[in-house]
Amino acid sequence: MEVVMSNQMKIQGLLAQFDSPAVLMEAARKTGEAGYRKFDCHSPFPIHGMDRAMGLKRSPLGWIIGLAALIGTSGALALQWWTSTIDYPLVISGKPFFSYQAYVPVTFALGVVFSAFAALIGMLAINGLPRFHHPVFYSDNFVRATDDGFFISLEAADPKFHIEQSRIFLESIGGKNVEVLSGE
Amino acid sequence: MDTIARNAAGLPEHDPPLITGHQTFRSITDKISGIVERRTPRVWFLAMGAALSLLMVLLGSIGYLVYEGIGIWGLNNPVGWGWAIINFVWWVGIGHAGTLISAILFLLRQRWRTSINRFAEAMTLFAISCALIFPAIHVGRIWVVYWMFPLPNQMNMWPNFRSPLLWDVFAVSTYFIASLLFWYTGLIPDLATFRDRAKNKIKKIIFGILAVGWRGGNRQWRHYELAYLILAGISTPLVLSVHSVVSTDFAVSILPGWHTTLFPPYFVAGAIFSGFAMVITLTIIARKIFHLEDIITLNHLEKMTKVILLTGTMVGYAYSMEFFIAWYSGNIYEQFVFMNRAFGQYAWAYWIMITCNVLVPQLFWFKKLRTSIPVLFIASILINVGMWFERFVIVVTSLARDFLPANWDYYSPTIWDISIFVGSFGLFFTLFLLFIRFLPMISMAEVKTVLPEAEVPHGGGHE
Repeated sequence: MEVVMSNQMKIQGLLAQFDSPAVLMEAARKTGEAGYRKFDCHSPFPIHGMDRAMGLKRSPLGWIIGLAALIGTSGALALQWWTSTIDYPLVISGKPFFSYQAYVPVTFALGVVFSAFAALIGMLAINGLPRFHHPVFYSDNFVRATDDGFFISLEAADPKFHIEQSRIFLESIGGKNVEVLSGE
Repeated sequence: MDTIARNAAGLPEHDPPLITGHQTFRSITDKISGIVERRTPRVWFLAMGAALSLLMVLLGSIGYLVYEGIGIWGLNNPVGWGWAIINFVWWVGIGHAGTLISAILFLLRQRWRTSINRFAEAMTLFAISCALIFPAIHVGRIWVVYWMFPLPNQMNMWPNFRSPLLWDVFAVSTYFIASLLFWYTGLIPDLATFRDRAKNKIKKIIFGILAVGWRGGNRQWRHYELAYLILAGISTPLVLSVHSVVSTDFAVSILPGWHTTLFPPYFVAGAIFSGFAMVITLTIIARKIFHLEDIITLNHLEKMTKVILLTGTMVGYAYSMEFFIAWYSGNIYEQFVFMNRAFGQYAWAYWIMITCNVLVPQLFWFKKLRTSIPVLFIASILINVGMWFERFVIVVTSLARDFLPANWDYYSPTIWDISIFVGSFGLFFTLFLLFIRFLPMISMAEVKTVLPEAEVPHGGGHE
């Protein structure tokens, strides 16, 4: 299959629009069953059950955030222990240098700060964001994906991808306005 | 909405629909984006003018404070803490409703929160910004405020981590950072909508950068949703911990009227109480000006009012428990402080507090009053006044009458106390007006999920 057109525009994939979240979900299931792997379902809001329909595993983000929380809390405790016990010991109201009960609020706070950063930055990193350039943006119709449009995008890199057969397949599962995504 | 769709949406059988006026995905986008895309209404400029004037009052007063020192405030010998701490606690408290709505109600699957959460979270951020001014300027020598942070310095000194004031530094700045990240995470899909609708190049670039290339793909949504869930999960204990730490500034002292284990839960309830009142005040104005009655319905307002009734009653219980424990403990200093609060020289402040915080919310037992916009608007303002007086009563009455009658004095604010407090509203409203002018004030992506159109029948469409 020739993926380079005469004007040097490389075919990046196909984009099909669907009518509603329910149709999109059914189409996602059929696309997975047909053997496609490199495809994504775009919607203006998350659709519950879509992960199962697409055959996606649970996000690993929880582990990343958990690790960050551990670093935050242990780092905060170490900071308070080291500054109050080793580097600058001061007797305050006769309390022990390592008064760990008093260190709970700061330890908790830093655990939260680290987890919050890990949640946002980790989410973006796993998603490969920020990424301002992507084949789906070649479609003018795609602006509706953040409004009221439901789309499936098939990547040309998928081994099962074939420009004509894949187009027929997308139309057979209810896809409308099937577009070829192409650009340099 | 039929019963099946209702059950699928997790709504009780007889609850009115969350969003009225037969909205579609497109009409939601148009309605909310339209607020930002339309020409700026004249009333916005008028409001902005007023807000900026107040902001100038704030900046001018702080400038004079830095130049002259905190002697310009009405503090005297027993009353070493005055309006600065009152305003700080009050503003932090205002913020709590936003986090409660965005985090706790999210975890509890309260889907009515979607119409108001963005708005309330923004209010949280701006209220914390106002709150953070006061501890920073009350130190007097504001240019060494960084001493409160554990930064290595040439004096080889570290802050004392056993001090509640330092816990405050961490608790409140954590609260700000976590709220900001949570808010921004929630904004990403809506910023992508703005990017896709942008007509001119500058807007396209700005919203394009802010939306970080969001494509709304399910491979993104699944990580996004987990990130949002975990952010809600870590923000939930913050609602309880931040104001508990703030209350600990008082509770770890040995001053009668402050030295109470009741303080953390009592402060948290009061914070949520005043926060919801502020959300209602702002919501009523915004839904009227921007014609959002279909998205922020009377149903939403009524649900918030029920939270106010609950927390207001908890606050009233705390007031009576303080009195009971003062009597029951047999501690004469404690007993004196409470008799003095109710019948002493600050009795006027005490009874304003009781009227606004205990009596006013009790009106909301009646559905007629819960669903009347004018009643809600006036009550929400009275509650915020009452909650300010609560902090005034706690701070001032305990300090002005300490253990030795020879030390007693009467506290009254100066013009500078007042100008800095009034000026902080300038900061709050300036930020809020900028927010509603340039960002989506209602979460479009989330509101769309509660429309009946968004429902996918169970079993993935096999029916």
